[in-house]
Parts: sequence; structure tokens; C-alpha cells
Amino acid sequence: MWAFIHKLGSPKWFYGISARLSPWCWALAVALILVGGAWGLAFAPADYQQGNSFRIIYVHVPAAFLAQSIFVAMAAAGVIFMVWKVKLADMAAAVMAPLGAGMTFVALFSGAVWGVPTWGTWWQWDARLTSMLILFFLYIGVIALRGAFSSRDSASRAASVLAMVGVINIPIIKYSVEWWYTLHQPATFSVTSRPAMPTEMWAPLLIMVLGFYSFFIAVTLMRTRSEILRRESSKRWVRDLLGEGG
Amino acid sequence: MVAIRATLKRDLVLLLRRRSEVLNPLVFFALVITLFPIGISPDPALLATIAPGLLWVAALLAALLSLDGLFRSDYEDGSLEQLLLSPQPLPALALAKVAVHWLLTGLPLALMAPVLGIMLSLPAGSYLVLALSLALGSASLSLIGAIGAALTVGLSRGGVLLSLLVLPLYIPVLIFGAGAVQAAIQGAGVSAHLAILGALLAVALIFAPWAIAASLRISING
Amino acid sequence: MAFESLSAFLAMGGHGPYVWAAYGATAALLLGVTLHARAERRRVLRDLRRRLRRERRQAGSAPVSPDERHARES
Repeated sequence: MWAFIHKLGSPKWFYGISARLSPWCWALAVALILVGGAWGLAFAPADYQQGNSFRIIYVHVPAAFLAQSIFVAMAAAGVIFMVWKVKLADMAAAVMAPLGAGMTFVALFSGAVWGVPTWGTWWQWDARLTSMLILFFLYIGVIALRGAFSSRDSASRAASVLAMVGVINIPIIKYSVEWWYTLHQPATFSVTSRPAMPTEMWAPLLIMVLGFYSFFIAVTLMRTRSEILRRESSKRWVRDLLGEGG
Repeated sequence: MVAIRATLKRDLVLLLRRRSEVLNPLVFFALVITLFPIGISPDPALLATIAPGLLWVAALLAALLSLDGLFRSDYEDGSLEQLLLSPQPLPALALAKVAVHWLLTGLPLALMAPVLGIMLSLPAGSYLVLALSLALGSASLSLIGAIGAALTVGLSRGGVLLSLLVLPLYIPVLIFGAGAVQAAIQGAGVSAHLAILGALLAVALIFAPWAIAASLRISING
Repeated sequence: MAFESLSAFLAMGGHGPYVWAAYGATAALLLGVTLHARAERRRVLRDLRRRLRRERRQAGSAPVSPDERHARES
């Protein structure tokens, strides 16, 4: 276990293995998102209640899923960094935060746009949208805190602590916002809780979700590789690698 | 235990000597509450409906205002470093400091809120709940806020960043705190709300001291 | 196919602007992130190669002392 973690934590080893994994992740991401997008846009049946605006679900839900998962992944990386001092985990956490914030923004934007045909307004204090908004602020906090320190080590540790505090709070925030919403807006139409979807509707959704996850992995691998080069630039193996034109 | 009591005592004496730091959040609270009738309308019926939320939000902001000073002066005069070097467990010492902060900001805010409630024509029967929910909730606010204060104490312009970090984490407390007051106005039971506020405080009490201690170490050694 | 024609597909039963705005924003984010990651990788590689070349040139004339190298890196 220890040996495995330390091997996994070795930037050199990770750099090598990720080079082999990366093309597959990209291929998978592109294929799944193209298939899922085309299926959702053109082939899935329109919703009997919402008509074609329902198709926004195929970008809204994957983005919202990913926004939450990335925060959890970032906090997990923070734990690995704080407990086992694995620098690689922190590099991954650093590149995950902006992507997570971007996904949260897209989930918010598509939710707002979806709101116009469904609710007749750009913004409603819907439980999901509200907790997405709070998640967005949490991401901004983590990014801002990391940027505020001049020493990289302090920045990494501070961002890890904040990510951990945030991830403990996210379920509490989620449930309290849901409770608050049901109290103030009883029995309104919720965008995503609906009777069981037929297969033609949820299959493209599943494909899109998987595609978004592959995309996340591919981007994180790629940007972590850049981050490794940047931080380990004085190491022997990086010099050898570049010297050979790699 | 002795060290914790000593920390408690020292902080209390220090803060009581700098009276403005204790008074400022209270004055801020009163001022913000004054702004709302002027900005919205002096209509008592309207004010009564929004009073629970207003009082809670203003108290939350007042508590936030006082956070920046929680570790700042100790950081500047180096006594925070001494605290880190002491053989006592740092989470316990941090908890003592937070307790003092709550005693001198959260509790006074909770005691003052009913007076401001009268000015916002808060319906009768909810005053006790307002004070209780604020007393209970502001303890969680102090604990959560201290994490942010500890993370930003070493930064030269930590104040704005502090509110950015802490405010999203305050939302559950705000929801159940303001909810308790609203439930009291509607004549519904408030014990569930207060119980949840207590549960939030328990969670904060378990996790926050460790997070504060870790954050202080980062800020001092980094 | 859920649509009869291309124009019906683009109109989305009157919900075209909303659907296309949501998909457009998502596509913009995915593309933007990808391009940024690629540009970042190229920039890092280019900078590192350039520095390596410079150091080799200097190493040819005079050996680089460790603290000199450190000063240049930071």
C-alpha cells in the first residue's frame, strides 16, 4: 500500500504512465460527447411537457455532476497531499479547481437559460441552482486562497484545508438549501426530478455524463503533466526528457 | 487545562481593554438595521415580514466583521507563534480563543438583537427565539469563521478574502437560524430548528478546532 | 430522428435560442479548456527547452554554480 502510494506519487512515474493513458481518455471523451450530444440534440424524443427545451438536460446535468465530483476529487487530493505529502496530489488539485469552477458556471448558465422556457424567468431560487451558486463561490474561494499566498507550499496546504472544510460543508449546504426551498416554494415544478425517463431519453444522458468524466480526466492528466514539468524543471529526469526532444 | 484557562483569561482581559473591538460589531449591527427601513420602507407590516432575515443577515455580517481581528493582533505581536510552540494541544488553545470571541461578539449580538427587533416591529413571541437562535448560531459562525481567519491571518490583505471564504460556509446556519425565528412568528414549533442549529454547532465543534490549528500552522510556518 | 427538417432542428420547436445557447456555452467551455491546456503544455515545453539550451551554452563557456542556477529558476 505504502509503496504503491509512493510509486503513484512519483511525478516521473506518473508522467510516463499518463502519457500512455492520455490519448485514450481524449478519444473516449470526444467520441462519447459527440455521440451523446448528437443523440440528445437530434434523436432523443422531445419531452411531452417541456418540448425541445428539455434537451438542455444533456449538458446541464453532466456539468452539474462534474462540478460536484471535481470538488470532492479536489478535496480527496488535498487529503492525500496533507496526510502523505504527495506533491503530485496537490498539482492535480491545483489544475482541477479552475475546471470545476468552469463546470459550475456552465451548469448555472444552462440552468438559467433552461429556466426561461420552463419557469418564464432567467433565475429562480431553485434548490439546485442555489446550491450550484454556493458551490461556485466555494470554488472561487479555493482559487483565490491559493493565489493569495506567495509561498507555494503554504498556498497548497491552505487550499487543501479549505477544500476539506468545503467538502464537509457541501452536503450540509445541499440539504439545508433543499429544506429551505421546500419551505418557501412548496410543490413547484423541479427541473430534474421527474417520473422515470424512457430509455431513449436517459441513454444519451448517461453517455454525456461518461463523456464529461472522461474529458475531466483527460484535461486533468494533461494539465498535471504541464504542472509537473513546471515544478520539477530542475530535476534530472525532466532535463533528460527534454534533451532527447521528448 | 491550566494553559487553556490562562489563554481564556488573557484573551478576555486583552479584548476588554480594547473596548472598541468589542463595540464595533454591535454598532455595525445597529447601523445596518437602521439602513433597511430607510432603504426599503418604514411600513411596519412590511418590516415585520422581513425582520427575521434582516436581523440574522446583519448579525452574521457583524460577526464576520469582527473575525479579521481574531488572530491579527496576536499574529502581529508574535504571541501566536508562542501559542504554536507551547506544549499544549493547539486545537484546545484555538477553541479557547474562539470561545472568547463568541463571548464578546456572538453573545452580545444575540442579546442586542431583540432590541433591534422592536425597531423592525418583529412580531411578539419570537424575541426569545431570536436571541436563542443567534446565541446558538453565532457559536457555529465563530468556529467556522475562525478557520477562515486562521487561513488569512498571514496575508496582508486578508479581509476581503476572508469574507469570500467564510460566507458560503455560513449559509446553513443562516437558513436554520432565520428559519427558527420565522417558525416562531408563524406559531410553529421551533425545537426542530434549534436542534439542527445545535447539531451544526456540534459538527463545528468536532471539526473546526483541528482545521483552525492546521490553518494557524500554515499561516505561521509558511 | 426527432425532427422533420434542418430548419425544424435549428428552431427546436421555438426553444432554439435557449437550447443552442446552453449547448454553445458548454461547447465553448470544453473547447476553451482544451485549447488552454494545449497552449499551456506547449508554452511550458518551449520555455523549458529554451532554458535548457541557454544553460548548455553557458555550461560550455563556464560551469554553472548551483546557486546561480537556482537564482535563474526562481
